[in-house]
Amino acid sequence: MKEQHHEYEDLPGTWVFDAQRARKGYPLNNFFMSLMKEDNRKAFLADESNYLSQFKMSDAQRDAVLNRQWNTMLELGGVVYCLAKLAFTDQHSYQYMAAEMTGMSEQEYVDMMLAGGRSVDGWRSKSETKENAQGDEV
Amino acid sequence: MAKITAGIGCSHTPAIGAAVDLGKTDTDYWRPMFEGFEASKKWMQETAPDVVIMVYNDHNNAFDFKMIPTFAVGCADEFPIADEGWGARPVPIVKGYPELAAHIVQSVILDEFDLTIVNEMEVDHGLTTPMSLMFGQPDAWPVRVIPIAVNVVQYPPPTGNRCYNLGKALKKAVESWDEDLNVAIFGTGGMSHQIQGPRAGLINKEFDKNFLDDLSRDPERLKDIAHLEYMREAGAEAVELVMWLVMRAALGEKVDEVYRFYHVPASSTGVGHIILKADNDE
Repeated sequence: MKEQHHEYEDLPGTWVFDAQRARKGYPLNNFFMSLMKEDNRKAFLADESNYLSQFKMSDAQRDAVLNRQWNTMLELGGVVYCLAKLAFTDQHSYQYMAAEMTGMSEQEYVDMMLAGGRSVDGWRSKSETKENAQGDEV
Repeated sequence: MAKITAGIGCSHTPAIGAAVDLGKTDTDYWRPMFEGFEASKKWMQETAPDVVIMVYNDHNNAFDFKMIPTFAVGCADEFPIADEGWGARPVPIVKGYPELAAHIVQSVILDEFDLTIVNEMEVDHGLTTPMSLMFGQPDAWPVRVIPIAVNVVQYPPPTGNRCYNLGKALKKAVESWDEDLNVAIFGTGGMSHQIQGPRAGLINKEFDKNFLDDLSRDPERLKDIAHLEYMREAGAEAVELVMWLVMRAALGEKVDEVYRFYHVPASSTGVGHIILKADNDE
């Protein structure tokens, strides 16, 4: 079966939660949803691997959760609002999670936001982002 | 006759709720944003609507992934506050208006909008943070609320045009309710923001300003903005702005802009706020 290409896949640094991604992410998102109950949050933190075994997620999804690989969780069908429930369970803020996704420290991220946020210039398409990155000597 | 007299556009974020609940509204970080809503709270007190129609989105709190309704109307007596992962916000329970909600559902479905009817639903920060910003911290909310939840989580949300037309149908529905009621309608979410992936933190002030300008002057342009344009120009989550179009169209053609406020940042979000008065004599 061939999956269709969509224009929004050209957005850089973004995984749009569309119907195909929703399909793959279903067990992963069900895990996140379970963290809306205090007892479940405690059970998860007490033994993460064991807790995760009740959800039919892929090995890659499980590893991404255990290692808090936020972007991988998005790529594998996690919804950002659901990921946030894991961040909250870890006693972190939304802002912390967003900073982790960008590879910045939380303070760097806060400073960027206080300075007006990330400019859209250079971030409209994957090709534009690539051109930009080549201009930067890291 | 019931009338929609005013529309309120207002962003929502969990962090705004946390700042209110933890008494942080007067810190250096938050003061500039909360000051922008002082005039709005005063206006709200003077306007004293009987009912609020709250067009907002749920963030996977009331709705999980078993079912994803595109438009869902809350028809319950009351709506408890959801525990989003850190305990429920300590805000009053939200009281509904089931009789009017039932009337709206009936009217709007016959107007060819196939809404989902919800008789039990918790509400999350998408609904409660605009309430806090506009009503402060009362012991009980001074208004009854009809929540209309719009799917903006799984792509695609309804189009701007569909939202705009829903607003028109809501106006018709409210005006056919035989009770003198002052109804205000909220469009929440936005403005520019992206809270996921390496592109998180994106803000486009110019896009937001143009959107606010046209909300008053040229809403017909806004209804044709494609999802991709919102996402590309103003961040993946900026597509929430389609909900503001429901609010705008429910006010009729002409509006008076009463108040406007814009502030960056609230966490990752460009906070936009506008109050529009409906010109009901048109």
